[in-house]
Amino acid sequence: MILAMTVGVLAAGGTYLLLQREMVRMVFGVGLLSHAANFLLLASGVPAWRDEPLVDRMDLAQAADPLPQAFVLTAIVITLAVTIFMLALAVLGHNDDTRRAPETGETHEK
Amino acid sequence: MIHTVLAFLASVAPVAVALPIFGAALAFVLRRNPRAQRIITIGALSLTLLFEISLLASAATHGTQAVQLGGWEAPFGISMVVDEFSALMLVVSTAVSLAVLVYATAQGIADGDEDGPISIFHPTYLVLVAGISNAFLAGDLFNLYVGFEILLTASYVLLTLGGTAPRIRAGITYVVVSVVSSVLFLIAIGMIYAATGTVNMADLGLKLGELAPGLQMVLHLMLLVAFGVKAAVFPLSFWLPDSYPTAPAPVTAVFAGLLTKVGVYAMVRTETLLFPGDRINTLLMIVALLTMLVGILGAIAQQDIKRLLSFTLTSHIGYMVFGLGVGNVAALGATVYYVAHHIIVQTSLFLVTGLIERRAGSSSVDRLGSLAKLSPLLAILFFVPAMNLAGIPPFSGFLGKLGLMQGGVSLGTPVAWILLAGAVVTSLLTLLAVARVWNRAFWRRAEDAEDPHPQLLASLAEEDGTTAVATRRRTLPATMVGATAALVALGVALTVFAGPLFEFSDQAARHMYERTPYIEAVLGPDAFEGYVPDPRSPEFVGGEGP
Repeated sequence: MILAMTVGVLAAGGTYLLLQREMVRMVFGVGLLSHAANFLLLASGVPAWRDEPLVDRMDLAQAADPLPQAFVLTAIVITLAVTIFMLALAVLGHNDDTRRAPETGETHEK
Repeated sequence: MIHTVLAFLASVAPVAVALPIFGAALAFVLRRNPRAQRIITIGALSLTLLFEISLLASAATHGTQAVQLGGWEAPFGISMVVDEFSALMLVVSTAVSLAVLVYATAQGIADGDEDGPISIFHPTYLVLVAGISNAFLAGDLFNLYVGFEILLTASYVLLTLGGTAPRIRAGITYVVVSVVSSVLFLIAIGMIYAATGTVNMADLGLKLGELAPGLQMVLHLMLLVAFGVKAAVFPLSFWLPDSYPTAPAPVTAVFAGLLTKVGVYAMVRTETLLFPGDRINTLLMIVALLTMLVGILGAIAQQDIKRLLSFTLTSHIGYMVFGLGVGNVAALGATVYYVAHHIIVQTSLFLVTGLIERRAGSSSVDRLGSLAKLSPLLAILFFVPAMNLAGIPPFSGFLGKLGLMQGGVSLGTPVAWILLAGAVVTSLLTLLAVARVWNRAFWRRAEDAEDPHPQLLASLAEEDGTTAVATRRRTLPATMVGATAALVALGVALTVFAGPLFEFSDQAARHMYERTPYIEAVLGPDAFEGYVPDPRSPEFVGGEGP
C-alpha cells in the first residue's frame, strides 16, 4: 500500500514538474517519473523482505525474485545517463525561451 | 553445406549487435585519427550488412530461429529471434545507414571539419545502428526496452550535434518526449511482469491470453501508446516535425528513415504476437486515418522542404498502421513491404534535400528555382523518390498502397472503406505536396522566386558563364551524390523485385499471424502442449518480513 502510494505521489509530482517551462524543473520531473517507474518495477516482484537470490546458498522458496531487481538496476543506469545529458542541455540552452518565445519573437520581463 | 552455414549464422545472430558496438568502441578510441575512424566505421557497418544479408537468406530458407544468450533456457534468459520480418528490417536499416554514413563522411571530408565535436559522430552513429539492430532482434520486452534506450541515447547526441541554439531547443522537446514514452514503456513492462511473471515475448504470447480481458486491454494500450510516441502516430506525432529538421542533413535522413520504423516494428509485434485478435482494430484504423490526413495537411502548408518531408513522414506512418488495423495477411504483408519501401524512399529524399541545400544554399521553396537547369542529375534524384513517395505507378509506393487497399477491400467493413478513401486522398495530397516542390524549386526560373538565395543566383551565373571570374562555389562531392544515387536505385530495385519481395513479406505476415513458428522457435516444439506453470505460485509468493 505504501509502495503504491509512493508511486502515485512520485508520478503526480513528476508530471507536474514536467509541465513547467524551465528545463531544470523538467529534469527533476523526469527524475521523479522514472523513480515512480522503478518502484513500480520493484513492486512487480515481491515487496516483502526476501533472502538474496543466490543459487546453492539459499532456500529457493525463501529467495527474492531477481528479475525485477535486475530491471530496476538497468533502468537506473539508463535514467542516470539521460538525466546527465538533459542537465547538459539545460546548461547549454539555459533561458532560451523563458524571456523570448522563439516562434513569435515576443519578449516578456521576468 | 550451405544450409549448415546458414543455420550456424542464425545461431550467432547477436553479432549484428556486437559488431557495431565494438566498432563504436574502436572508433571512439581512435578519435584523434579521423581517417582511421572513417575506415573502421564504414568497415564495421559493411561487415554488419553482409552478416545481416546472410541472416535474411537464413530466415528465408530456415524460417524463424531463436538464440538463447548465455545458455539460459528460454523463458528465463534473453532470447533473440530472427524471423522474416526482423531479418528484412535488419538488412534494410543497415543498408540505409551505410549509405547515409558514406554521405555524411563525404560531407565531412568536403567541409574539412576534421576535428571538433564531429569526432564523436562516427562512434555515436555505430551505437545508433547497434540499438536499432538490438530492437529488431529482441525476443523479450526488456531487451526491446534496452534496444530502444541505446538508439534513443545515441539519437539525443546526434540530434544536438554541435550544440547550436536551435538544435538544443529541438533536442529538449525530443529528449523529453522520448524519455516520457520510455517511462511509459517501462511501467508497462513492470505491470506485464507483475501480471504474468515473464517478459519473454513468446512466453507472453501464451500467457497474456489467460488474463482478464480488462487487464489485457490496459496492458495492450499502454504498450501501444509507448510505441505510438516513437512511431509518431497521431495524436502522438506533434514532436516530430519540430525536432527532426534542425539536425544535420544526414542525421535527419537516418532518423526519418529508421527511428519511427522501430516503433512501427514494435507495434506490429504487439499486435500479432502479444495481443492477437481484433479487439482494437477499429481504433487502429481510425488512428491510421487521422495520422494520414493530419500529417499530409501539415505537409501542404510548409515552405521548407525538410519540414514538408517530416510531415509526409508522419502522414505515411498512417499507411503502416492501416495495414495493422485491417488485420489480415494481405494487409500485414503489404505493411511489411511498405515499411521497407518507406525507409528507403524517405531517407533518399532527405539526402537529396541535403544536396539541394548544399548546391543552392537553402531548402526553402521560396528561395529556390531553376534547379532542373542548374543540376539535371539532382532533378532526377529528387523526382524518382518523390514520385515513389506519392505512389505513382509503377513505383514501389504504388505497389505497397495497392496491397494495403486489397487487404482493406477484403475486410470490407464501413470503417475500412472510409479508410480506403482516406488513403487515396492522402496519396493525392502527397503528390500535390511534392509536385509543388518540383514546380517551384526545379522548374520555375530562379528570378521568379520570392527571395532567391544569393548562392543559387551565383551558381546559375557561373553556369551561364556570365561571371568573368569563375568563383569556386560549393559543388557536390561525387561520393555524396553516389551515396544518394545508390539509395534511389535501391528504391527502384524494390519495384523491380516486387514479385519475390511481396511473396516474402506475405510469408512473413502469415507466420506472424500463425504465431506458432515464433513461439516454437523460442520455447521449443512442445511449447503449446504442456502448460508451463507460473513460477510465482501461491507458496512461492508468501513470506513475512523479518
